Amino acid sequence: MEYLVRFAQSHESFRQPELQALATLAGIDIEIIYYKKYSPYCVVKLQDEAAARAFISRSILARDIFELWGSGTNYEELHADVRRRTEHRWRDYKDVSFRFTIDCFAAKRSWNEKKAIVDSFSYFGFDGPIKMKNPDEDFCVLEEYLWEVEALKKGLVSGTEVHDMPRELQRIFFGRWIADSSRELITKYDLKKRRYISTTSMDAELSLITANMALAAPGKLFYDPFVGTGGFCVAAANFGALTFGSDIDGRSFKGKEMAKGKPMGLFSNFQQYNLVSQFVDAFTSDLTNTPVHSRQFLDGIVCDPPYGVREGLKVLGSRDGPKEVLMVDGVPSYTLPGYVPPKKQYGFEAMLNDILNFAARTLVTNGRLSMWMPTANDEEVELAIPKHPNLEIVSSSIQPFSHC
Amino acid sequence: MKVLTSNFTACAVKTCKTSSASFPLHFRNAELELQELDFQPEFIRNILPRIDWNALHMTANELGFPKLPESKPEGDMLNDEQTLKDLHRLLLETHVTEGKLVCENCGHEYMIKEGIANFLLPSHLAMADVL
Repeated sequence: MEYLVRFAQSHESFRQPELQALATLAGIDIEIIYYKKYSPYCVVKLQDEAAARAFISRSILARDIFELWGSGTNYEELHADVRRRTEHRWRDYKDVSFRFTIDCFAAKRSWNEKKAIVDSFSYFGFDGPIKMKNPDEDFCVLEEYLWEVEALKKGLVSGTEVHDMPRELQRIFFGRWIADSSRELITKYDLKKRRYISTTSMDAELSLITANMALAAPGKLFYDPFVGTGGFCVAAANFGALTFGSDIDGRSFKGKEMAKGKPMGLFSNFQQYNLVSQFVDAFTSDLTNTPVHSRQFLDGIVCDPPYGVREGLKVLGSRDGPKEVLMVDGVPSYTLPGYVPPKKQYGFEAMLNDILNFAARTLVTNGRLSMWMPTANDEEVELAIPKHPNLEIVSSSIQPFSHC
Repeated sequence: MKVLTSNFTACAVKTCKTSSASFPLHFRNAELELQELDFQPEFIRNILPRIDWNALHMTANELGFPKLPESKPEGDMLNDEQTLKDLHRLLLETHVTEGKLVCENCGHEYMIKEGIANFLLPSHLAMADVL
């Protein structure tokens, strides 16, 4: 069966990998039949409606999914396709309440135009009541026009012409609504409403996508070795995983309020979202001298490591090599309360190696590492994705900072 | 620091990695607290095969939980709710709020304060693989 996924127009290069990850998670086969970089509409082949519901329910980048009743480059083609595919099913919907909506991507339609489009489907012979709120069945005409952004990017129009660009209908889809995605989670986990964040907290949308790509799910154990304020752990916990994290700077997850007897900052986020049962631990440690035992036990690692772009890249140790143990009143200084071990500058490559080696040692088979790394925003240079002989690259996506 | 975490952490000192005495770390002067959490049998079933049972035995004894079964529950026992609930209590609901974790190999002590363990090494013990 063919289904139409309606995406949000956000983080384009993450959209297909997210769908693939969610299909893996739901244990279903997915074939992407129609996908365009600049379009919100995507046609996929799935086994049945249950599969469609199961996998879209976790999506952050999709808005919803429809059973595809037909498509075409004009209305003649669309109607012919709809008749061919669904004529035998029209009687099943004869008496139910229903509604028709029209979704125009990159264009607008007047009320009269919309009404004419809806009327053109009168051959269905639906006799049930039309209900604009909570109908039994929700049908949608989805029109895809040439988007100004694509026209500009491809040089089809100039910057001055773009606002008067004639609207050009490229494709029309007709579908029966099946289910919504989890996109509303972006609002629920909005950083603006979160108790404990910092300047380097990852936004809610990208954290949730990161957790999806790592296949976070109930029963699993997830770890963030650069936990900070815990955004990735919270995202993975939302999807049912148990999570723990560590950071070389304990202050980052403790927060200032902890000294005043309040809960640990990171923990207060789990409290806020009612996820306390998904929180395992937070501890202070350095990935380069990690206390995490070298055996396969993690289902997922989610992280945004410090690469020295915004935050200093440091690991334990001192620049001039190991120092003598300093004695204070006859006891080694490092055993005294308030001891701060020296840290030294560390290289980007070395950090990447440490992360990959760590992941190869600690992930279970089919476990996933979902991590962020900075890259030069230059389209001419192919992105160098770090590799490890024991790890397989599933997908890579880019968040561009300068918009197209 | 939860008992679960202690089963997955060892001494951070590089020269200890090859010694079996560096895992598990041993709790000393541990103050315990119980925190009730939602029982998630799916998680216990999933994580149990990855638990080092000998290490868990040692930890449980040190913390005063001597009732742990001699061998790791397997097969039908994983359907016994009481077995899973006991493990849930030990692994996830029991946590050490104050105390130390000690490496039997090098003797290094890691402090636990307000439930948070500190595994940072002093300068003479820390090293990086690649410089």
